[in-house]
Amino acid sequence: MSQFMINMLFVAGSFAIYTWIAIWARAKSTREFYIAGGEVHPVLNGMATAADWLSAASFISVAGLISVGYVNSSFILGWTGGYVLLATLLAPYLRRFGKYTVPDFVGSRYDSKTARLVAVVCLIMISLTYVIGQMTGAGVAFARFLEVSSTAGLIISAVVVFFYAVLGGMKGVTYTQVAQYVVLILAFTIPAIYLSLQMTGHFLPQVGFVGDFADSGQPLLHKLNDVVRDLGFQDYTADVENKWNMFLFTLTLMVGTAGLPHVIIRFFTVPKIADARWSAGWALVFIALFYTTAPPLAGMARLNLLESIYPGESTQEAMVYDDRPEWFLKWETTGLLTFEDKNNDGRIQYYNDKNATYVDTTAAERGWAGNELTINNDILVLALPEIGNMPGWIVGLMAAGGIAAALSTASGLLLAISSAVSHDLIKNTLYPNISDKAEMLAARISMVGAILIATWLGINPPGFAAQTVALAFGMAASSIFPTLMMGIFFKRINAKGAVAGMSTGALFTICYIFMYLGWFFIPGTNTFPNTPEFWIFGISPLSIGCIGALINFIVAISVSYATEQPSEEIQKMVESVRYP
Amino acid sequence: MTESKEKRNKAYWAANLRLIMITLCIWATVSYGFGMLLRPWLMGIHIGGADMGFWFAQQGSIYTFVCLIFFYAWKMNKLDKKFGLEE
Repeated sequence: MSQFMINMLFVAGSFAIYTWIAIWARAKSTREFYIAGGEVHPVLNGMATAADWLSAASFISVAGLISVGYVNSSFILGWTGGYVLLATLLAPYLRRFGKYTVPDFVGSRYDSKTARLVAVVCLIMISLTYVIGQMTGAGVAFARFLEVSSTAGLIISAVVVFFYAVLGGMKGVTYTQVAQYVVLILAFTIPAIYLSLQMTGHFLPQVGFVGDFADSGQPLLHKLNDVVRDLGFQDYTADVENKWNMFLFTLTLMVGTAGLPHVIIRFFTVPKIADARWSAGWALVFIALFYTTAPPLAGMARLNLLESIYPGESTQEAMVYDDRPEWFLKWETTGLLTFEDKNNDGRIQYYNDKNATYVDTTAAERGWAGNELTINNDILVLALPEIGNMPGWIVGLMAAGGIAAALSTASGLLLAISSAVSHDLIKNTLYPNISDKAEMLAARISMVGAILIATWLGINPPGFAAQTVALAFGMAASSIFPTLMMGIFFKRINAKGAVAGMSTGALFTICYIFMYLGWFFIPGTNTFPNTPEFWIFGISPLSIGCIGALINFIVAISVSYATEQPSEEIQKMVESVRYP
Repeated sequence: MTESKEKRNKAYWAANLRLIMITLCIWATVSYGFGMLLRPWLMGIHIGGADMGFWFAQQGSIYTFVCLIFFYAWKMNKLDKKFGLEE
């Protein structure tokens, strides 16, 4: 059977499962549509949360991102540590509140339509920027594995999401996410185990990572340091100079994670407060399976790639271009690998030509005239099965896994958007008197609208698609998280304080990002170049969200104390959220 | 609300806040402490082939986070029972 057929079988098989779930889990009331009836088992909700969280970008790009070494540890810490904040500061109380959406809590807690609307605006900005990446990610996964154009792949994905999200709402989304989690975690861990066995002889990549490299007997990480150093790169375990910025960046990712609406609403679906607490733990167990596997996978895949480019040792001759293996040929055609023979010796010299001392010494001695191979970081995961000579079914599984990761996150985001529109804008602001049935219709129509917009944005991604992570996390950290937390922990905060805090926190963060990445992300309009010398107090635009959060806290508290107390009723409501 | 009930609620909330503080202190120590700011001083300690700071930044913190959330859930559920506040 050809590889194409195997990939087809895996993807079609997984789609058949999602479709079957869609038909089985139709929503019959708004309660089912928004929060799956509040009857989801905490372990299943944990799995669904993990699928919600692990996006196309995590699946395809994270290993490449962290394969630079210790310097990028922020991503690993940030995207897991946020769950501790979520479990202790938000999830149980929001579950106790027992409503349907994040702006719903903001609107009721601060008894203010303005606060609700500001929250809706922030939510839509966050989720919409986030969903673009998911839709393009689904397209990329299709294009890479199924040889269809990415536009066609994107439309196929949209149709599948349409089916289960419009029919089933949160109920359909939840149970498909459970299935998608199983597919994506198998697709990610099996190649990692395979690679770990090959390189270290350990079954668990987490053990192999700190174990010994099988060929030489020295610790894997030392071997990795040696090889990358031989090629002029920074040591894999090298420490970071600007710890201050690393600290702020990690904090922004953590606080942002806890403030992402599509993750928060998952905790509305469990029956009890105790379940919300357990469920956060289970969610992190399933996420940890992924994020403890990613660092070993990143390190081993990088070593594996370098070893295949330098088949002897990194101090010996590089691979001859005319003898390049099949995977090299295949990924060259996609443009993710590009070769240019600068010294005309027919060999593929891959090294760090930005390291001046290395270029003047070792590279000059070896007769190298510049780095000849450009590697897109995604290659590390996408080409992993082929570089590691893994069986064909693993490639098929990875195709299904990449698509599952994209679809599960996209559907969670679309649900957050559509419920904010139908519940907060239509039901609670514009037409408070509509019936349950009419609201459900509104919810379904909003979902259709959200899917159409997301598909359109996926096909015509704005130039800033790559910057959206900064925006989404910065916004979530500076607007949603502080407002929710103060709503629970500080009784004295009133509507004026919350609105002022949310707006200044979010505006400050957006402006700082725009200052370095271009106003409205239009290239060339940035006020300062985005390099460390120009960062104010050494803070990169990616790390600014937690400062925005601090500003939100300060403004909200100052304004609240300068104005009237929240009403007796509101204070009682805050009390009631605190006690089960 | 009767006076005894109010007192009970206050004590429950204080116990919860204390527990959150403990949880977040450990959370910050493993990730920002061991994994980041204290790393240069922990280079001498090894976990397999990795130095302690590197291991905490890429592996250890995540395991600790998982334990912390389960610890918090277990303690809070016990607290609910003790104060008679179960749903």
